[in-house]
Amino acid sequence: MSEYDLMSDFTSPFWAWFIFIITVGGIFWCFYLLLSQSKGDTAASHEEAQPTGHKWDETLEELNTPLPRWWLQMFIATNIFGLVYLVLYPGSAVFGGVLGWTSVGQYENERKAADEKFGAQYVNYLKQDITELAQNKEAIKTGSRLFSTYCTQCHGSDAGGGPGFPNLRDSRWLWGGEPAQIKQTIYSGRMGVMPAWGEVLGDDGVKNVTAYVMSLSGRKTAGDLDAGKEKFQQLCVACHGAEATGNIALGAPDLTDDSWVYGASRRSIEKTIIEGRNGKMPAFGEFLGEGKTHLLSAYVYSLSLE
Amino acid sequence: MSIQAKAEKSVPLLIILSIIVVLFGGLVEIVPLFFMKSTTQPIEGLKPYTALQLAGRDVYVREGCNTCHSQMIRPFRAETERYGHYSLASEFIYDRPFLWGSKRTGPDLHRVGGRYSDEWHRIHLINPRDVVPGSIMPGYPWLAENSVEGSNIAERIQTLKTLGVPYTDEDIAGAAEMLKGKTEMDAMIAYLQNLGSTIPAVR
Repeated sequence: MSEYDLMSDFTSPFWAWFIFIITVGGIFWCFYLLLSQSKGDTAASHEEAQPTGHKWDETLEELNTPLPRWWLQMFIATNIFGLVYLVLYPGSAVFGGVLGWTSVGQYENERKAADEKFGAQYVNYLKQDITELAQNKEAIKTGSRLFSTYCTQCHGSDAGGGPGFPNLRDSRWLWGGEPAQIKQTIYSGRMGVMPAWGEVLGDDGVKNVTAYVMSLSGRKTAGDLDAGKEKFQQLCVACHGAEATGNIALGAPDLTDDSWVYGASRRSIEKTIIEGRNGKMPAFGEFLGEGKTHLLSAYVYSLSLE
Repeated sequence: MSIQAKAEKSVPLLIILSIIVVLFGGLVEIVPLFFMKSTTQPIEGLKPYTALQLAGRDVYVREGCNTCHSQMIRPFRAETERYGHYSLASEFIYDRPFLWGSKRTGPDLHRVGGRYSDEWHRIHLINPRDVVPGSIMPGYPWLAENSVEGSNIAERIQTLKTLGVPYTDEDIAGAAEMLKGKTEMDAMIAYLQNLGSTIPAVR
């Protein structure tokens, strides 16, 4: 972010001077008012005060008493404070203030201070391999904090996932569980596409393929397994593989294990086949930067080591 | 008679003089903002809302999302670490009205675009507890059932165009078509996924 210049941000310098004259003029106007009201025809004390001429209920009178000294002095003090403020801070529009303060500058300083404190640590972490980092208790602790901030909304605070959002604690990976693959997933995101087969297969086809898919992990349900297998060989092997063990290049899950991203029930498997699924992991690289991505990868990798 | 004595005795005069004094505040704090580049010119790459996003924005307003979610990331490290780059006035040029909000019962949403998948938003809007167990946000299941078709979206885009948002004639002609078959949920997600996407990286 380049140095912010208020003067050149206005379409015309007129507006800076407009602010300056009203602001500074206002303060001097207050000074004038206070001084003019502090003397004059008002009496020195309550006893000598003259009536203003306002009278109610026959005897109720308003007196013209002087302003209390303490009040007057405090008002003058606030005026002086205002002038000092305009000298120090960018309040007058034409002058940025002798302190050179800007809100963006304050933010940059805050970042710089944090960089000095944590920057070296991240540089150090970046030099280390993810497998090595996953053994580093300190790094994993920081990683778990990052996970709480950025990842739990989908993957859960225990990284156990939920329907549609993969469990990161087990050893099953849609897109590969090697350190580089995990980092790639976090950095660039992933887009898994399961097409909708409902119309192609028809009601019976869906039933049979569901039965066959469930039989792969040793479960039984109504349906013709042979017919299901035939359809599976035609339509599903391209992504899930001839052995139905999946393909991490496409994010196609292994169908022979008992891990189900969208739920293990027959209904949810049927729904997946009929309607398809679009699993999306958003890309976090640009937002988090290299250092945090690296550390998060190490944390996620460490979860699968437990 | 001095002006002081006159003002003390005449209520209308006192009111008029008071208003004049108060007006100076607005003159110096509000009026110059209409003549600053950083508050009147869109940031590079800022696109007007599509018809679907605009329909989603209307739902956002109707459901009062801005009473619990701000769209204003302040320039503090604690905020930019969590939400992304701090908000700039030039990002809200096409927002009429802006939805900055003033209270965060839920998180800030200015840069929620692209942070979650469409499917996450769908589950979360229907019942937030399904993905975030501790959430106190209400569910909005009717969004998935209500259609956004048949609204006066084209006229609304025309109005925004009159106000200076650079819509093309094609945008207006295709507006109704874009909403065909879409639910309020689709519109809302389209709106959310676009939020704050002009500045993807922090700093």
